[in-house]
Amino acid sequence: MHEFSLCESILETITTQAHQQGFRRIRRVWLEIGALANVELEALRFAFAVVREKTVAAQAELDIITLQGRAWCLDCTQSVEINQLFDPCPLCGGYQWRLTGGNELRIKEMEVD
Amino acid sequence: MCATCGCGENESANHDHSHDHPHDHNPYRTHPHQPRSPLSTHTHDETKRVSLEQDILAKNAGFAAANRHLFLELGVFVLNLVSSPGSGKTSLLSRTVQILRDEFPVAVISGDQQTANDAERIKAAGVPALQINTGKGCHLDAHGIGHALERLPLPKGGVLFIENVGNLVCPADFDLGEAAKVVILSVTEGEDKPLKYPNMFAAAKLMLLNKTDLLPHVDFDVAQCLDNARRVNHELDILQLSARTGEGLEAWLNWVRQGRHAALAAQIDQLETELAAARAHLIHGGGTIRRSVI
Repeated sequence: MHEFSLCESILETITTQAHQQGFRRIRRVWLEIGALANVELEALRFAFAVVREKTVAAQAELDIITLQGRAWCLDCTQSVEINQLFDPCPLCGGYQWRLTGGNELRIKEMEVD
Repeated sequence: MCATCGCGENESANHDHSHDHPHDHNPYRTHPHQPRSPLSTHTHDETKRVSLEQDILAKNAGFAAANRHLFLELGVFVLNLVSSPGSGKTSLLSRTVQILRDEFPVAVISGDQQTANDAERIKAAGVPALQINTGKGCHLDAHGIGHALERLPLPKGGVLFIENVGNLVCPADFDLGEAAKVVILSVTEGEDKPLKYPNMFAAAKLMLLNKTDLLPHVDFDVAQCLDNARRVNHELDILQLSARTGEGLEAWLNWVRQGRHAALAAQIDQLETELAAARAHLIHGGGTIRRSVI
């Protein structure tokens, strides 16, 4: 359940920003999470609902944008889509690829007033 | 408040005493009497969007970078050992440090939710060890390691082993500043573990297949296991050993010795760069050395 740790980091970032810029309330937060990231989204939503309590983000909705897994196949020398970390290259069937996207854990933006 | 990283505000809420009134200790709560930030000279009424574009793990990454810099300066090769509970991490470490302590300085940080049993076992092997209890936490983080280093002297020019909490999921995401993650899998587990927990095997540089002395007694397909691991990470180094019998141990010890050599080489490079910079200051920034005459 490291999703709680992740949510504490998210909350620290957004509440610090809100206080510094004088916003009263955080209404919505957009996250970009890679499809292959080591995160259980339901656990993340649950943890966020717990840690946001009694903060300026108490009412904040969580909007999660999932980013497709992508890899650079060393044999095909081109970018391919990957849906699991143990997937073969969809073009050549090999495993000689490097992940180029899909493990992001990013706070994109927030809506405030 | 901690002088090195400014932590402590949250810790101050971790006290324990009885109350006759209810309240909580949420560190992010806004108190009505909380002093306002000097920047908050006005409030916004209209709804607006604020772009953040920040990595969720940015704070941990900052602490990890500071740890890594310290390791580089002191020429310490640092390994982050991760596995399921019961894979034989502590037995392997005890045996490893007993041999390596005669060659160079060695220290161990052990992470567990509770008890100091692992650090005690390492200390019994004759090596400085520190236990971090994570309480309900499921992983070590770079901030906790930074504080552990205030209590455990770093083995300069040697090797620091960090034995993470037994968990193949959460520790994968938290960089501690280590040179490499070493994932340990034992033959009493399933050969499909690399597929079940791919993030950890993708994050590791070396996999140790432990308890090979038990292979005649268990239904474990070694070739299938190695194939699974390489499907997830084709650059993964893999060694097979038995911490109990010592079979295969020498290859693992050599891997550690080579890593230590690389860490020392990096330290020398760093020092030479600093030395060259200092010499350049002397030549370009004031010329000759003057001796003051009284």
